[in-house]
Amino acid sequence: MLDMKSAVIVFPGSNCDRDCAVAIERSTGSKAQMVWHAQSRLDDGLDLIVLPGGFSYGDYLRCGAMASLSPVMAEVRRLADRGTAVVGICNGFQVLCEAGMLPGALLRNSGLKYVCKPVTLDIVNSQTRFTSAYAGRREAVMTVGNGEGNYFADEATLDRLEGEGQVVFRYADNPNGSARAIAGIMNGKGNVLGLMPHPDRAFESDLGSADGALLFQSVAASTLQPA
Amino acid sequence: MKVRVEVFLKPGVLDVQGKATEAALHSLGFVGASEVRVGRIITLDLKGEDKAAAEAEARSMADRLLANAVIESYRIEVA
Repeated sequence: MLDMKSAVIVFPGSNCDRDCAVAIERSTGSKAQMVWHAQSRLDDGLDLIVLPGGFSYGDYLRCGAMASLSPVMAEVRRLADRGTAVVGICNGFQVLCEAGMLPGALLRNSGLKYVCKPVTLDIVNSQTRFTSAYAGRREAVMTVGNGEGNYFADEATLDRLEGEGQVVFRYADNPNGSARAIAGIMNGKGNVLGLMPHPDRAFESDLGSADGALLFQSVAASTLQPA
Repeated sequence: MKVRVEVFLKPGVLDVQGKATEAALHSLGFVGASEVRVGRIITLDLKGEDKAAAEAEARSMADRLLANAVIESYRIEVA
């Protein structure tokens, strides 16, 4: 069994934190610890930190803006700099952008509506510590649930993301107007991933898809071999 | 001092709220309305009497929290 030390950060208004913990445990066999956002110290030995979906701080000011200033975020940044894998899902992706740990921002959906449905994703880069377990598969199905999932960045940033292989997932059928149909990106170092679709809602076939489990399994596998 | 910070999406960033509001205005018969933008106004009181210092502090607040420079621009008034 893969032994991975992971933490799920709980912000006030997070609502997918427990889903993430269950998804990690069912996918990898390792339990995740739940960490309240006010905590100012994280365990140096963490392999994975997940920022879950939800509506942290009621989406006040801008989605993710308040959470990006939570005490725990300094620690998330510190561990990310040391190489710990960080995954921001949905609101967690918004938090990572607001924190400046990923480029760009998430705007209101171009169709104005909250979009909640399964989507097919193209796995653009399968050579990452988040996608290695997809083993060359070109597509994955996960669910999106967002009102502000419309990824935006300036053209130069988009070109750089594409050129450097930092676009990890792309929508096969763009549900929210995201620039270049981007669904998920990672940082230049390759250890911080943000995505709007929910792998935590797709970790076993009873949920409609088990493809999300492979994302957590990829991270678990990467912890066995030093990056 | 009274500080007022206006935050709007930058030109070129799709303002779907503005677009929807514009369509609603048209449906009410205000057919001459165009370029509708929806923004946010933040007001606050700031200690001190130095207007330039207050402006600089408000700018720092906007840069670090009140606006997201990736998508938004802002305007500051101090009185």
